[in-house]
Amino acid sequence: MSGKREIDEISGVEVTGHEWDGIKELNNPLPRWWLYTLYGTIIWSLGYVVVYPAIPGLTDATKGLWGWSSRADIRNEMNMVAEGQKAITDKISAMDITAIMADPEVRAFAISAGASTFKVNCVQCHGSGAQGGPGYPNLNDDSWLWGGTPEAIVQTIQHGIRDPIDPDTRITADMPAFGKDGMLTPEQISQVGNYVLKIAGLGNDEALATPGAEVFKANCASCHGDNGEGKQDMGAPQLNDAVWLFGGTLQDITHQLNTPRHGVMPAWEARLGDTKVKELAAYVLSLGGGQ
Amino acid sequence: MKNGSIAIAVSVAAFLALLGAALGHDALFRIHFWIIFAALALGALALFRQVSFAPAGGGSAALRDDPNGYMDGVVRYGVIATMFWGVAGLLVGVIAALQLAYPDLNLPPFLNFGRLRPLHTSAVIFAFGGNALIATSFYVVQRTTRARLWGGLLPWFVFWGYQLFIIAAATGYLLGITQGREYAEPEWYVDIWITIVWVSYLLVFLGTLVKRKEPHIYVANWFYLSFIVTIAMLHLVNNLAVPVSPLGVKSYSAFSGVQDALTQWWYGHNAVGFFLTAGFLGMMYYFVPKQANRPVYSYRLSIVHFWSLIFMYIWAGPHHLHYTALPDWAQTLGMVFSVMLWMPSWGGMINGLMTLSGAWDKLRTDPILRMLVMSLAFYGMSTFEGPLMSIKAVNSLSHYTDWTIGHVHSGALGWVGMVTFGSVYFLVPKLWGRTQLYSLRLVNWHFWLATLGIVVYAAVMWVSGIMQGLMWREYDDQGFLVYSFAETTAAMHPYYVLRVVGGLLYLLGMLVMVFNVWKTIRGDVREEIPLGAEAPALKPAE
Repeated sequence: MSGKREIDEISGVEVTGHEWDGIKELNNPLPRWWLYTLYGTIIWSLGYVVVYPAIPGLTDATKGLWGWSSRADIRNEMNMVAEGQKAITDKISAMDITAIMADPEVRAFAISAGASTFKVNCVQCHGSGAQGGPGYPNLNDDSWLWGGTPEAIVQTIQHGIRDPIDPDTRITADMPAFGKDGMLTPEQISQVGNYVLKIAGLGNDEALATPGAEVFKANCASCHGDNGEGKQDMGAPQLNDAVWLFGGTLQDITHQLNTPRHGVMPAWEARLGDTKVKELAAYVLSLGGGQ
Repeated sequence: MKNGSIAIAVSVAAFLALLGAALGHDALFRIHFWIIFAALALGALALFRQVSFAPAGGGSAALRDDPNGYMDGVVRYGVIATMFWGVAGLLVGVIAALQLAYPDLNLPPFLNFGRLRPLHTSAVIFAFGGNALIATSFYVVQRTTRARLWGGLLPWFVFWGYQLFIIAAATGYLLGITQGREYAEPEWYVDIWITIVWVSYLLVFLGTLVKRKEPHIYVANWFYLSFIVTIAMLHLVNNLAVPVSPLGVKSYSAFSGVQDALTQWWYGHNAVGFFLTAGFLGMMYYFVPKQANRPVYSYRLSIVHFWSLIFMYIWAGPHHLHYTALPDWAQTLGMVFSVMLWMPSWGGMINGLMTLSGAWDKLRTDPILRMLVMSLAFYGMSTFEGPLMSIKAVNSLSHYTDWTIGHVHSGALGWVGMVTFGSVYFLVPKLWGRTQLYSLRLVNWHFWLATLGIVVYAAVMWVSGIMQGLMWREYDDQGFLVYSFAETTAAMHPYYVLRVVGGLLYLLGMLVMVFNVWKTIRGDVREEIPLGAEAPALKPAE
């Protein structure tokens, strides 16, 4: 190259001699720090490729000097945790729920474990704080559809409610569609609706509630009890309180009398195993309810 | 009459679309082809009636396309399309952000987040970014080769064909027609159409390079060409699919399982690499030296970083699939190539920023240059963040979180958006024969609105994303996860609201730009004190 190249006045660097639409190029060298950093990343990468699985062959790839694999890594980590917990999970597996709740150390672990399982599997219906929602029971209170004893809670989690697959699922008889199937007239439904409001103490039309008492006795008391106190072995809700699964207005109650909805909960034993079910029950009992 | 034969060709295309609308096997196909027919029929009508879209006073000599000079009409249309789709894409982005913060704003089925999200990404990347790339590449390649665009009316076909692709893709998303591949959502028949348009684009670009009157090919054109060629290859491979029926919307990918995922992310990552990086670097290599009026810093750096960039980028896709069913060896290679990509990416930033040496004082008075410099700063930041996030240890925290969203937006809003804005501000007065922009002070306003918007957006997403990642992995002392998924989304809500604010600021800046560009096209000039010229009067605090 000749030394007659044009020099850029401002930088004092020569230009390459090309020009496009007024754009010229300086003949600066590669910045040293840039080049050395590039070399550095390449050397680091070569090292990484040697120690980790990297180069594919026809059927397999190099294993790397460190013999690391992501699957083995996660397996080891999971095994390590499981081993650390083994002593106590063995105990849980051997104990029944009453014994678990009686042993402070086992109980504390079971509640932590249950809370974690609950957050993955149960919050979708029962809410992050187990507070429930329309159609999904609140688990913090002392109102239980299928029983709040430790054993009843375990049974409900194990086999679910109206689970279509589990043969031991909790179901007796569904509430009949009194309105839709013509078992009660609209007038009777209005009467019994007001009666239910009365025993729940939610405010009612007395003129309708009085004949409603007769309708209740003839049609509802067999499941919900003479005073609407409910029957947990049948999953028949208590009616003489302020806790309402599908809403406590006259409209909600009338809807339930006409075309009832029924709660469904999956059976968990097959998916989570006996130990986790007991841990879940311990967590639910720790929420404050339970009998 | 040339116009007449084009009008007839468009009418025939419209008739074919009508056949599709009549004979389609499924309802979606028929509806979609009705829409495509309507677009083509309107086009044919406009051609037959010889509707002129030229602005008032457009009869001036500067706007008439001289058949022996540069072909700038199509560039003017491209600039307007860039502005239009920019506003549309950003607006949909703000709406989608609002839907994430307030899920009640989902309006099923057409305006669900699931359909608006691809509408937003495609509108900003392919409609806004794509039109900007096509328009600027047509402008730059002519100036730097001293040759008129090759192909007669082919550049016009590229422009209008591309708009038809955008309309077909966008309406398809809203109808629920999708391949479910990120950034490659359009179904097979739209894919075929864009292939035809894209190959035409490649021909125009190559043809112009071949008949150049300059001995050497300028670096901007290397980048533009690598972008056009690679996007064609990525698009063809990733969209290999078998349609269920030649007259139905649905198709099935030629790949399955982890091969399908890898093909998709080979495409997805290189859409970022070649569309949003290489293409816009081409833009940068012309408009930064022009606006700064300085020579490019280093010819050698441009060669080395160009070749290293395009060689490294194409291998980096597997880093999108860390800790998945993808074999470990592929994850390793994806990661090391991403790390090695750091310096090649930064080469462009260095060459851009150092081009300003000797001209840094211009930043005080030139908000356009300030925009271009800010775009390089964001380019440098996000091309550092990218390799960082590809490192598996970092990725185990960042993956699937809002950190990724923040990263993408610092690149998209900061780099792609800002470099486009700067280039369009440079182009508009030249394309419409005006001596200057309507208002440089409005450019300054746009600069600050956009910068503030990006800073809010990116900062909020970092906080939200890192918090999200930490909550997902938090264990208690007995080894159990602490948070439920719903608790993490509840914790992110305030950041989602702030993100809307960032997006709104950026959109507002874009609207200021549209106003400024429109006034410039009309030939208005705002009476204002030049930037940096006023003596700052001391005022008591209010």
